[in-house]
Amino acid sequence: MEMLLEALASLMTFESLITVLVGVSAGLLIGSLPGLTATMALAVLLPFTFSMPPLQGLIALGAVYMGSIYGGAFTAILINTPGTPSSIATTFDGYPMARQGRAFEALAGATIASVIGGLVGVAFLLLLAPPLARWAVAFGPAEMFWVAMLGLTLVASLSSGSLLKGLLGGCVGMLLSTVGVSPVGGETRFTFGFPPLQGGIELIVALIGLFVIPELLTMAAEGKGALPQGDEFGKGEMRISRVARRVLGKPVNLIRSCLIGQIIAIIPGAGGNVTSLVAYNEARRFSRDPDSFGKGNLDGVVASESSNNVMVAGSMIPLLTLGIPGAPPDAIILGVLLLHGLRPGLDLFTETGVLTNGFILSMGLAALMLLPVGLLGAKLIYRVVIKTPYYFMVPFIAMVTMLGTFALRNSLLDVGIMLVLGTVGYFLRLIGIQAAPIVLGLILGGIAEEGYVQTMLAAVVDPIPWLRLVSNPLSKVLAGLVVLGAGTALLPMWLERSGRLRKASSGEEEKP
Amino acid sequence: MKSRLSTLAVAVSAFALFGAAGAVQADYPERDITYVIPFDPGGESDVTARFQEPILEEILGVGVNVTHRPGGGGAVAWSEFQNSAEPDGYEIIGVNIPHIIGQPIQRSDAGFETDDWEIITFFHSTPNALIVPEDSPFETLDDLVEYARENPEAVTLGGSGTYSANHLGALRLEREADIDVTYIPFSGTGPLPAALEGGHVSGIFNYTMLGVQMEDNARVLAVASEERVPALPDAPTFKEQGYDIVGGAYRGVAAPTGTPPEVIEVLEEAFAEANREITEKQEPLGFVMEYITGEEVDEVIGTLREAYGPILEAAD
Repeated sequence: MEMLLEALASLMTFESLITVLVGVSAGLLIGSLPGLTATMALAVLLPFTFSMPPLQGLIALGAVYMGSIYGGAFTAILINTPGTPSSIATTFDGYPMARQGRAFEALAGATIASVIGGLVGVAFLLLLAPPLARWAVAFGPAEMFWVAMLGLTLVASLSSGSLLKGLLGGCVGMLLSTVGVSPVGGETRFTFGFPPLQGGIELIVALIGLFVIPELLTMAAEGKGALPQGDEFGKGEMRISRVARRVLGKPVNLIRSCLIGQIIAIIPGAGGNVTSLVAYNEARRFSRDPDSFGKGNLDGVVASESSNNVMVAGSMIPLLTLGIPGAPPDAIILGVLLLHGLRPGLDLFTETGVLTNGFILSMGLAALMLLPVGLLGAKLIYRVVIKTPYYFMVPFIAMVTMLGTFALRNSLLDVGIMLVLGTVGYFLRLIGIQAAPIVLGLILGGIAEEGYVQTMLAAVVDPIPWLRLVSNPLSKVLAGLVVLGAGTALLPMWLERSGRLRKASSGEEEKP
Repeated sequence: MKSRLSTLAVAVSAFALFGAAGAVQADYPERDITYVIPFDPGGESDVTARFQEPILEEILGVGVNVTHRPGGGGAVAWSEFQNSAEPDGYEIIGVNIPHIIGQPIQRSDAGFETDDWEIITFFHSTPNALIVPEDSPFETLDDLVEYARENPEAVTLGGSGTYSANHLGALRLEREADIDVTYIPFSGTGPLPAALEGGHVSGIFNYTMLGVQMEDNARVLAVASEERVPALPDAPTFKEQGYDIVGGAYRGVAAPTGTPPEVIEVLEEAFAEANREITEKQEPLGFVMEYITGEEVDEVIGTLREAYGPILEAAD
């Protein structure tokens, strides 16, 4: 307790506060630009932190991390483009809301949800780090395989309309994930003798291609911007206090999304890319009105944004206690800790407790600052988006995304892949195959493959190797959840179909 | 972002300047140098480059821009570098052993060759280390070897990557001790502590750095260096225990083939000085500082190629 107060005192200096403010603002800006991810924001900041004292460096990194994960929501809502992979699910309802002229409601809802999520993550980290860390290491290769499978069952619910088209999208994504050097074994696959393809298809590249380019092509084809030329921002029927009441009026959704965010955040390797998707899916599953999701339901935005901001502090649990990065940006924070001679472990909470607690509390402060900074930023960006005619907007976004794609790995090939995927994605969208299942397949294909092959390798001495996949209690539970998840998604559809078939004429039944 | 954009700008202007400047001159360097890291930011190569950057800038008197070009375990950047970098000393790239030895043997289309550049220096190495969890039944290397001899393939050793330094180290242990273990590749060093803590593998074959990082909850059974490393004074070497296994990863930096020797010399000295200045920070983390230059580079590559080559070719 004494340590906490001391940490709080070290935080209440002018420098620390300014660092948080600047960090959150910079992170927000970077996160809102498609192609510039939280990981990249931290990597760019890294050299600057060398010259700072350890606490200030960590505060800056934490603030930028928090800001950039939140910033992804802006573009997700306003131009249907997740600024970071963790805000994919925000597009599902945020963008329809914006199209209906409810952009402010969506942005304000996302902001409030992010603040709450960020604070919840900090609370978990502060109070429950050691017991939760033990849970993190329970996820071995077999468990990771099932986690990936569980994620893939989301395809069924993400593909509104046709299950077949959703599955097709998922398969395309999994196929894309096999390009390059295989995760286990090191063979090169599908490079067609072209060495640069050894790098594979980067998730962000596919994300930008599949989400942004089709959107731009649609805008250009329709010859108008996607958002209605609405009234003055925030002056409409919804004020911030009303949005806040709406968000807080559904505590179950918030609590569920935060818990999901926390659980997934401590599973090493799954990371924030899937948290928001899972939280969104569960929000829909438990909703009284699941059909309104995807058509502009604020609950969807809240679920996605609260869960992904829990992840920021939540994924620090395995990092600070065991040195296991829970999400990609955490690897950079681990590097900084080691550079300052801080070894992850319980010492971090005792011997250097003031520093560690200061860092944790600063993330809470960063979450709080999202509120003013975010609402102000939202106002500015909204004005720009709404005032700019589409014929300036489309080329401008195209240029930013290309620069962002290039900067990711300094690769022109990536820009090419992005454009090809975007064009293909446009036509796939026309025939009803959405981007989300493809991206999900791409994220999870590699995780599933790695988990499966590692399990099989370890089981080489077993008489029936594949039994190793369900040998632990946890893997049994996860496997059960996969069956359950697939069942609840498929059963209603199957019942509906067989019911309809019974009603249909016998002549139709003879057709295959 | 800013640094990346400025790198881009520098690269473009460097390209434009090149035509005018012609052959390299005696007063190298005159403009900024691009230092390519073929891996993701945050890794050991990147962190080291960040340490070196300000010192190199001070010594050379020009900017040093660290850029990342990850992909294919380094191969994407290396093939691009060998195909298109200008031999004028303004483009250099990080190189790693055993990657640059293993990948061309293993892949038909790696796109680069082990020797097609001028390696300026290898500035440090990270010896392999065999690490088991604290509650492991294996107290010593001999315990593990004995158990593995009686139960072939039952001991699982996790490591970073396939035909990587870790994998090759595990394969050499199999040969030297005449045992059969199961090596399980993970994608990088990141997931390994979790695999060890969670009991998903019997042990891990990784670098000394992880041994230092996990000192509190793991045991280092053996280190693959000639002598004990300063950061792990209690961990015995394989050699002490009767196994002739010395190896790990070496990190260094290379310039394109045909770079003038004077330029190489300037860079060699700058990197050596940088190394001396960052020793204090890197040694406690488990790095072993090296000053391998000139003919020693060929010697190191030659020795390791002999050690690894047959294993790799047999596996192919």
